[in-house]
Amino acid sequence: MSWKLDSDRPIYTQIVERLQIQIVSGEYGPGSRLPSVRDLAIEAGVNPNTMQRAFTELERLGLVTTNRSTGRQVTEETEMIQKTKNELAANQVRDFISRMSELGFEKKEIISLLKNEMKEETGND
Amino acid sequence: MTKTLVEINNLTKKYPAGPIAVKDISLTLEPGKIIGLLGPNGSGKTTLIKMLNGLLKPSAGTILIDGNSPGEVTKGAVSYLPEFTYLPENMKVNEIIEYFADFYADFKTERALKMLESLQIEPNANMKTLSKGTKEKVQLILVMSRDAKLYILDEPIAGVDPAARDYIIKTILANYNENATILLSTHIITDIENILDEVILLEKGTVIIHTTVEEIREQKGKSVDTYFREVFAC
Repeated sequence: MSWKLDSDRPIYTQIVERLQIQIVSGEYGPGSRLPSVRDLAIEAGVNPNTMQRAFTELERLGLVTTNRSTGRQVTEETEMIQKTKNELAANQVRDFISRMSELGFEKKEIISLLKNEMKEETGND
Repeated sequence: MTKTLVEINNLTKKYPAGPIAVKDISLTLEPGKIIGLLGPNGSGKTTLIKMLNGLLKPSAGTILIDGNSPGEVTKGAVSYLPEFTYLPENMKVNEIIEYFADFYADFKTERALKMLESLQIEPNANMKTLSKGTKEKVQLILVMSRDAKLYILDEPIAGVDPAARDYIIKTILANYNENATILLSTHIITDIENILDEVILLEKGTVIIHTTVEEIREQKGKSVDTYFREVFAC
């Protein structure tokens, strides 16, 4: 099956986001080799030039390195990966807060709702 | 460094008793691209494709493919999937493959057999026993098994079911040389838009848009499919 991609946003940004998550989650661990542009393009069902553009962006972000002999791999710098992970997390939190504010919740209420929810979750473990 | 694979200048086609099918089109196509040729019925897609293949003579203007006018030389560089199937009914699939291998120096028999296998088409089957959709798949396999510089596919996914469409799209992606260009005409944009670099939109014989898929998405914030529906909304 092809990857699920939104139809109203540029394709390469969605590929970058998806690969970022696969890297920070460890699915592609530090230093691990990435599939070729062609193979990944076929898997995703996207144009190989678009996949290439996404890889170039990941290289620019410092998450992926290209080596002439070993091909393309995830960076071995775990700090870089952690930094990306933190950024992605911060974005999620900001999104959450802004959506809660839209619903009319104040900061304190959001925090207490969050605490309650977390308690319930640990209670269910 | 941009190279040119196809250069079309002021191309016009007027049928003797009809309207002007193609009106003063100028286009440059680069190697290594997958390009969608889109437009409603009667917009000139097939007429343009037939001129690229030397099957119709332009009324005015020029076409150069890799530096040559459409004819004997360009037939060796262009792999063409016509809108309608032309394969003989009284042959077996593998006989047609042998026939193509004899005819085209760049035909890769092994690649054809591999594709048949993955699409679960029996090489020993008689053409006349195959469904319309399967015949279309055989024809696409034959076309994609050549190492051409330019693949011209006229409605490659029109007749097949959605599941096979996904597979055919992957077949196209897996089997073209990265320096080759694929020009494909279609009216089903949704399924194919993710694999396109560029789109050319024809209306009444003229090019009204020639841009990249990502540019449309970035600038309009919508899919090519949605955007074109708006352009053609009456």
